[in-house]
Amino acid sequence: MTTTLYSIIVEFVQIAVVLLAGPALAGWVRMLKCRMQGRTSAGVLQPYRDIMKLFVKDVVLAENASWIFRFTPYLVFGATVMAGAIIPVISTVLPSAPAADIIALVAIFAMARFFTALAGMDAGTAFGGMGSSREMTVATLAEPAMLMSVFTVSLVSGSTSLSQMAQVVTTNPLMLRPSLAFALLAFILIAVAETGRIPVDNPATHLELTMLHEAMTLEYSGRHLALIEWAKMIKLFLYAALGVALFFPWGIAGATPLWMLPAAVFYLAVKMAIVGAVIVLIETPLAKMRIFRVTEFLGMAFLFATIGMLSYFMLE
Amino acid sequence: MPTLKDALISALGEDLKEYTLQRPSDVSAFIVPRMSFRAAAKVMLAQGARLAAEWATDDAAFKKGFSVHAAYNLDGEFLIVSAEMPEGGPSFPSITKKYLAAYRFERQIWSLFGILPEGHPDMRPWIKHEDWPADIYPLRKSFDGKTYIPKAAGTYVWVRAEGEGVYEIPVGPVHAGIIEPGHFRFQAVGEDIINMEARLGYTHKGIEKRFEQMDWASAARLAGRVSGDTSVGHATAYAEAVESASGTIVGLRAQYLRAILLERERMANHLGDIGAICNDAAFTFMLYQMSILREKMLRTNAALFGHRLTFDCVMPGGVSSDITREGKETIKAELSGIEAEFDKLVRIYEDNPSLEDRVYSTGILTPPDAKAFGVVGFVARASGVANDARILRPTDAYRKVPPIPPLLTSGDVHARAWVRIVEVRDSIRIIRMMLDEMPEGELSVEFTPPAPGACGFSAVEGWRGEIIYWVQAGPQGEINRCMVRDPSSVNWIAIEQAIKGNIVPDFPLCNKSFNQSYSGNDL
Repeated sequence: MTTTLYSIIVEFVQIAVVLLAGPALAGWVRMLKCRMQGRTSAGVLQPYRDIMKLFVKDVVLAENASWIFRFTPYLVFGATVMAGAIIPVISTVLPSAPAADIIALVAIFAMARFFTALAGMDAGTAFGGMGSSREMTVATLAEPAMLMSVFTVSLVSGSTSLSQMAQVVTTNPLMLRPSLAFALLAFILIAVAETGRIPVDNPATHLELTMLHEAMTLEYSGRHLALIEWAKMIKLFLYAALGVALFFPWGIAGATPLWMLPAAVFYLAVKMAIVGAVIVLIETPLAKMRIFRVTEFLGMAFLFATIGMLSYFMLE
Repeated sequence: MPTLKDALISALGEDLKEYTLQRPSDVSAFIVPRMSFRAAAKVMLAQGARLAAEWATDDAAFKKGFSVHAAYNLDGEFLIVSAEMPEGGPSFPSITKKYLAAYRFERQIWSLFGILPEGHPDMRPWIKHEDWPADIYPLRKSFDGKTYIPKAAGTYVWVRAEGEGVYEIPVGPVHAGIIEPGHFRFQAVGEDIINMEARLGYTHKGIEKRFEQMDWASAARLAGRVSGDTSVGHATAYAEAVESASGTIVGLRAQYLRAILLERERMANHLGDIGAICNDAAFTFMLYQMSILREKMLRTNAALFGHRLTFDCVMPGGVSSDITREGKETIKAELSGIEAEFDKLVRIYEDNPSLEDRVYSTGILTPPDAKAFGVVGFVARASGVANDARILRPTDAYRKVPPIPPLLTSGDVHARAWVRIVEVRDSIRIIRMMLDEMPEGELSVEFTPPAPGACGFSAVEGWRGEIIYWVQAGPQGEINRCMVRDPSSVNWIAIEQAIKGNIVPDFPLCNKSFNQSYSGNDL
């Protein structure tokens, strides 16, 4: 009984962490990037200010936008927060964990993407349709590669439940597994594509014609845009948290003891700071690739995931 | 030496009438009968000449009708062929089918003067948008710039492509970034561009009309504002045209100062552009590093010349600001700092494979296309066309310190970036040598306005390329016409050729590598 109450508290703490840490990670990445480019930055808190500013602004709707367009920001935000509830971010003891595994997680992200793509086409502008088409091209390649990559981890842990997977990796003795190394490589490539980072997409561009993700959401304003931007930041955080939970889960809180929870939050902060630094180190020396190279890029991710799976059967 | 002149004389013979008031003396002007205008173009084409500019004049002040003028260039020789037309229903034989470069010049003549280019394949308005009544021609003398004109309704007919899977992407004139307005209409299949059509004119301000209401001295300030990033280039081109019309000889020190200012403007803009090209490939690091170097130059400008973009430093008769002994040291120290930093950044540019993948073989303007469109400046030099006004028509300062312009033939984004890189280094060399060799002397000489009917011509290598000014004094010695031909007027159309076969998301990168002026084109 105490476990259940404890797990509900954990769930609430985790959702709060996800909501707040998303913008913080985005701000941290931006700050480091500014420093790397020799600029002064607006600080870690700037994304919070941006979101607050957008919330108080009016919404401007395209004349022929339907309910899909108005509904999508809420759905995307809700789906992203839901994903945050099932990924073991600070603890493996989550009440939602038995109900939703990694396949459900991929489906939740796919649903958010599906509606974003619909909303992109809904306003009837050329850019929205263009963005939707590009996003779906990336998605058709990224999703199977993503599943292959996480399945490799589930082969190691013998389960598709995220909590289970994290737990198995923490409790087993540390050993070098080539399958996990390949799966991690694949996961990093996919995460870059899925979260719209350089070299696949440029989150800071103003060039309409080059955008992938941003092109779909160009028509949004006010609170709608705030939700979409916030969800995007959370998504980046979640991908980082998922990678950490699958490949470096040490430090995550289990069922007992209770003091593990604050310690887990602390470890998470340290890990995220490192992930942010890695993102900046990857992005700064790279130019964005030509759009048709993205298929090769994701093909490589799929290949890595497959090699990871094969090496599990052959070597382990 | 005057090949074009000899060829024209031998081909058209008695039909020719030399216009004796055209200055400077090495630019000759001939008036041909109206119907021989195209024949003259044919002669020029046979000689391999380039059409540098084509424009019209309203000769009401001389109690005549209209004239159309075409400036041809071969090596160092510039030749102007003019034809006179009656006041009612003016028309002339179009030379667009001989010279592709005439395509937009003649549409502009039709739109702004109402002079019909007979046989022109495309009579859609250019620069003058459809919200102007079709029968109002703003550059005619009979049109008062102060009149209120009602807004007319009309539609612009775009070039269309049809077929399965072909779709249209309209971009602009309002963009997501803070850039000048222009509309680009893409016809694409998937991501592949099958045609792109640009439509400009959103910054049409009536600059050529405004010139006609100003006096010679104060119009230099207007010329310096035709395109904000080319202030020295335009002001120098205007000043040289006016000086040639009035026979004013500028002192050597002033010429050196003008050249130094021109080279500084070239450097600052190239630095900014190299960074911006990389930024459009999401390589942001380079943008900020290059912006720092550019900013250093602008601050030196503000300290030494009183304006970050060196506005109003060049005027007819000379220059308005000098470089002192301390100023020389400041500039030299600044250049050494920039040079060292620039070399490091260029090495990063060269050694980055992900950037290389974007800039090589993207947006190729082939040398034959470049020649056919008569492009100028770094666009020409990246596509195998050696065109540089500093070498074609050198001033005394450039004769003493000749520039060494690069010449590349690949015509892609990298070539245009690389030409800029080499030119930045060459400009550093030129500025250093000029600072050392600059003679003492007067900053400006007294400028006497041109005699009635006198015409002046100049071609100055601004940072984008050759800027041409042609001025004509009216019967009272006032400005009767000031023709401005920014390099953008000829280079814009080349983008439409360079972009074919590329993919939609590569357009911003290609466009940035051209970086033509909207304001200079729209006037």
